[in-house]
Amino acid sequence: MTDGCDLELINLTKKYGDALAVDQINARFDAGKYVCLLGPSGCGKSSTLRMIAGHEAVTGGSVVLDGFDVSHLPPAKRGTAMMFQNYALFPHLTVRDNVAFSLRMKGENKSSRHAIANELLELVDMTALADRLPSQLSGGQQQRVALARALVTKPKVLLLDEPLSALDPFLRIRMRAELKKLQRELGITFIHVTHGQDEALALGDELVVMNNAVIEQSGPAREVWSAPKTEFVARFMGGHNVITLGGTKVALRADDVTFGKTGLAATITSVEYQGNHVALTTRTEAGDEVLALLADTTFFDTPKNPGDAVLLAWDEGRLHRLQA
Amino acid sequence: MRMPRDIIAYLQAAPLMAVLLTFLIAPILMIVVVSFWGATEFSIYPAFQFDNYAFLFGSPVTYKVFFATFKYAFITWGFTLAIGFTVAYFLAFHVRTQMMQTVLFLLCTIPFLTSNIIRMISWIPFLGRNGIANQTLISWGIIDEPLEWLLYSDFSVILAFVHLYTLFMVVPIFNTMVRIDKSFVEAAYDNGASGFQTLWHVIVPLTKPGIMIGSIFVITLVMGDFITVRFMSGSQKANVGRLISNDISLLQYPSAAATAVVLLITVLLVIGILLRFVNIRKEL
Repeated sequence: MTDGCDLELINLTKKYGDALAVDQINARFDAGKYVCLLGPSGCGKSSTLRMIAGHEAVTGGSVVLDGFDVSHLPPAKRGTAMMFQNYALFPHLTVRDNVAFSLRMKGENKSSRHAIANELLELVDMTALADRLPSQLSGGQQQRVALARALVTKPKVLLLDEPLSALDPFLRIRMRAELKKLQRELGITFIHVTHGQDEALALGDELVVMNNAVIEQSGPAREVWSAPKTEFVARFMGGHNVITLGGTKVALRADDVTFGKTGLAATITSVEYQGNHVALTTRTEAGDEVLALLADTTFFDTPKNPGDAVLLAWDEGRLHRLQA
Repeated sequence: MRMPRDIIAYLQAAPLMAVLLTFLIAPILMIVVVSFWGATEFSIYPAFQFDNYAFLFGSPVTYKVFFATFKYAFITWGFTLAIGFTVAYFLAFHVRTQMMQTVLFLLCTIPFLTSNIIRMISWIPFLGRNGIANQTLISWGIIDEPLEWLLYSDFSVILAFVHLYTLFMVVPIFNTMVRIDKSFVEAAYDNGASGFQTLWHVIVPLTKPGIMIGSIFVITLVMGDFITVRFMSGSQKANVGRLISNDISLLQYPSAAATAVVLLITVLLVIGILLRFVNIRKEL
């Protein structure tokens, strides 16, 4: 079902000279979804986001928003707004003037633009600090102001370029909850670029995993996690083992591995206690590294040590054949 | 043996203090003292009298010359700012590679490897009555008679000032501009600002400290100059610097000192006013 504000990328391509940054990617995002663009650095996720935003010219293909090809429109005319990685708050303007910046550019008078800015500051809970300068704010506060500034243009799609990477780990988890809550309240599409799979899983309704300028896999977060299509996705999302069985590669979740009476022979190389479970790294005779996550009670019933020989077992139904 | 910490600190600051005392504070104090001395046609004598100041403030020439000094400073400031800002903007935002930025920046500084006087004097054959400028304009048929105001006029003085001092505007402005995060420009663009709006609402405010430093350079240099005015006006125009240099050549040191003190106070006031607008300390 679409209500018209969906975003579509058609054969989107970006080249820097001869270097291919984004290679003919196709994707479609329904309105009101939280989408995470995920991948290692240099995979083309930021270039994709910047092409959607209009800060990078498209080399080929198009960005279609709400049924219109916006590929050659300036950023402010697209119905998108971008939140920058370092927030890019104007250091010479107060919080309120930062939020009201786009209204000022449109020629809105002072009282009405301040009124609108105050509303948005209310939304992000920053009313009390409206007269401060950005340098007097903490990272989390700066991020909220940047959000308010992006939202003041009433975008259909909000683009976030690694918005949490500048924060410390504790704040990162808090701000990601706030982002998700805000997205639910506003009901607009968020496209969030990140290189952290935990962040993507926590936030994304849809995940798009990119590698080497192409989309490796896209779909609902749970589907991408539980059924990786390629070896890259399985390894990048983590928590999976990639094993070669009978000449083909298969993915197996680490928490599906058990030690049995029969199975694949392997030697334990390390044991790591992680609280609610224990991570055992093993090496098979073929040289594959297999990680087994055992519940702590299961492990301590029959403790193992590095060097012990074990037989790895699993439920056949849990294996996923990977595309070559 | 241990010395108290504050004594160590004073000792560490002492060499710089000694240099400043000897070469800055002492000479200025000397000038202030001499400005109260008396002078006859052939001698000067220590005294404490206000004759020099009374004469200075009583003479209409003083006001005219101070006015001319301000006029030169203000017009030169306007042109160097316009040119300096444009050049710095081009270098900082339109030249993509850092390599090219450095090359072009060095190119800007090459003329400054020759002396001020040579660069000034080289205008004379160009602007003269039968100089290249006039001959070219005549041969193009734009004018019939050579233009008299090209040389030995306010025009030539200001032209030379702008030529000599624009780099002092380019350097600090460029230096501030390259430190502006490019994402500010993108953020402005994302918020619907046009190119000019981005320039006016984002780049100019963020460049203010550089503009102020450049302005202080240019204004103090122009207000203290005398040789440019003398050469380029063919000794027909005057500014405060020339007033002082004339007094010195007539050995009227007390009178020259009094004029210098007034000029120093004027320039300090101008800088004080400029500094009220912008906090340049964060630049330094």
